[in-house]
Amino acid sequence: MRSKKSIAEYIFDASLYLFLTVIFIVTFYPFWNILVISLNDATDTLRGGLYFWPREVTFDSYLTIFRNPEIWSAIRVTVLRTVIGTALSIFCISMLAYSLSKRHLLGWRFFSFFFVFTMYFGGGLIPTYMVIKSLGLIDSFWVFIFPGLIGVFLMILVRTFIEQLPGEIEESAKIDGANDLQIFFRIVMPLCVPVLATIGLFLAIGHWNSWYDSYIYTYKPELKTLQAVMVKILNQFQTAGMMSDAQQLAQSSTRVPVSSESIRMAVTMVATLPIVLVYPFVQKYFVKGMMMGAIKS
Amino acid sequence: MQTNMNVHDGRELKIPRRKLWTVFKEQKYLFLMMLPALIWAVLFAYTPMVGLYMSFVNYQPNLGGFWTTLFHSEFVGFEWFRYFFTNGDFLKVMRNTLASTLITLCFSFPMPIIIAIAINEIKNVSFKKTVQTASYLPYFISWVIAANIIVTLLSSDGVINAILKFFHITNESILFLQNGKYFWWIVAIGNTWKDMGYSSIMYLAAISAINPELYEAAKVDGANRFKQIRYITLPHLKPTIVILLILALGGILNAGFDQHFLLGNELTKDYSDVLSTYSFRYGIQNGMFSYAAAVGMFSSVVAFIIVCIVNFTAKKVNGQSLF
Repeated sequence: MRSKKSIAEYIFDASLYLFLTVIFIVTFYPFWNILVISLNDATDTLRGGLYFWPREVTFDSYLTIFRNPEIWSAIRVTVLRTVIGTALSIFCISMLAYSLSKRHLLGWRFFSFFFVFTMYFGGGLIPTYMVIKSLGLIDSFWVFIFPGLIGVFLMILVRTFIEQLPGEIEESAKIDGANDLQIFFRIVMPLCVPVLATIGLFLAIGHWNSWYDSYIYTYKPELKTLQAVMVKILNQFQTAGMMSDAQQLAQSSTRVPVSSESIRMAVTMVATLPIVLVYPFVQKYFVKGMMMGAIKS
Repeated sequence: MQTNMNVHDGRELKIPRRKLWTVFKEQKYLFLMMLPALIWAVLFAYTPMVGLYMSFVNYQPNLGGFWTTLFHSEFVGFEWFRYFFTNGDFLKVMRNTLASTLITLCFSFPMPIIIAIAINEIKNVSFKKTVQTASYLPYFISWVIAANIIVTLLSSDGVINAILKFFHITNESILFLQNGKYFWWIVAIGNTWKDMGYSSIMYLAAISAINPELYEAAKVDGANRFKQIRYITLPHLKPTIVILLILALGGILNAGFDQHFLLGNELTKDYSDVLSTYSFRYGIQNGMFSYAAAVGMFSSVVAFIIVCIVNFTAKKVNGQSLF
């Protein structure tokens, strides 16, 4: 008589735990699997059957990719675009959000519509490509920064946050003779740090993960980002996947194939690891961002 | 100047009819702060819309700069659209797009609801946190990484084939990514895998807004936990579910470019070609720019109409606009 729980409730609880354990395995195991394959000897990997633990532990795949100057250049470009792109975007988005938070702004309705409309309609792939080409952004580092400079949805998050700030602070600054620029940079922006951190994380993840711009707008190898290098490797692998295992083994007896699965998984780990490492610390910001978005819609 | 600003704030309400120029001068810093975003919107959002004119001409890229070439190209009206609708690819591409988004919806829509309810029912905080942390993670990796992982898991000696062989569902390895009939299902499950944890946050937020007294009262009345879910949690989630379903239906033509482009290959293209990848292939890879722009324009316009319908419906259902 210690517990009032019925047998049915025990079964209910057990099935909940079982279900969520399955969810955990399904979302976590793939990452474990790529780690295992990346730590296994590249030639040995071709035998298959690597599921829980590497058979021949070696860091060779990582050494191979880090000896490759292409990877270092890709990491440099990716880090640069993430830092510069995120900083510039936060700067421009927050300024826009501040302007649009002022309902007395001349033509407020027009400008709000002007920006929100871009969320729902666009020129599409081909005209965008043509415009970027005609602006001379092909094979330029700035093609990673400018086309994605403003995120209108993120701007709305910041604007909502600014509108919820107590108006008195700005009022008193105005009475002290501060202009809009001074009010924004000295008073509003410091108060916005929580929301700017949230959108900054979304922007940074977006930059780190972006592959399309590097893939189609750049030809120079020194402008290829990590993700674009991975697309290339993936394509090679997809083509190799159409060969039989025997063909692959024959190839591997002479040398480790370029499309070696272990090396591909090592590159995948290198691209994933920063996100996995940073993610637990910033998780609450993402959740907050999602909540803000939820409230908005 | 600064004194002017002060005066302006005091006077603005009293004298509404003032010269635009004076108001503009007073708000010059606000406009200055908007300027980078305005330039961005003009260059990268509205100029490409002007570029949609491509779909009404026969654009040949070898004549010079984009704009000169564009406006000197031969006007063909709706010829490219007619070509798209009549050449047989239209039906195939639409079928793939709708199949991919609808199958995705069947998995990715209910899963977050089930996860949120299950997480809410669990009392063990550390278990809850672990599951949540793991389930959000796939959302933050790129589709390139996700595709790399999926390709590995589904390869002939990957873990999925190993499981299928273990249970004797198949004796030969299934070549999932080389066979078109599996493609939509792979994309659907991939989409769900990537987004289900993160989407559950929205429902968890809605659940946390439910008054706990309702559950207390239900317990007193002898309702077990199934009944609490059935009669308290689900009815309170209904508005969120309806709105998110309407929004999801709004994206019905928007089968993501990344997953179809990265997971598809020559062998599966009859099933993996959706509107966006089809337009990409014809435009960027085959150089049929006008045709590709027309395909893109078709999908943008239809998607926009759907969004308007969705917004209208949401307004009816929810009493408020999404815009």
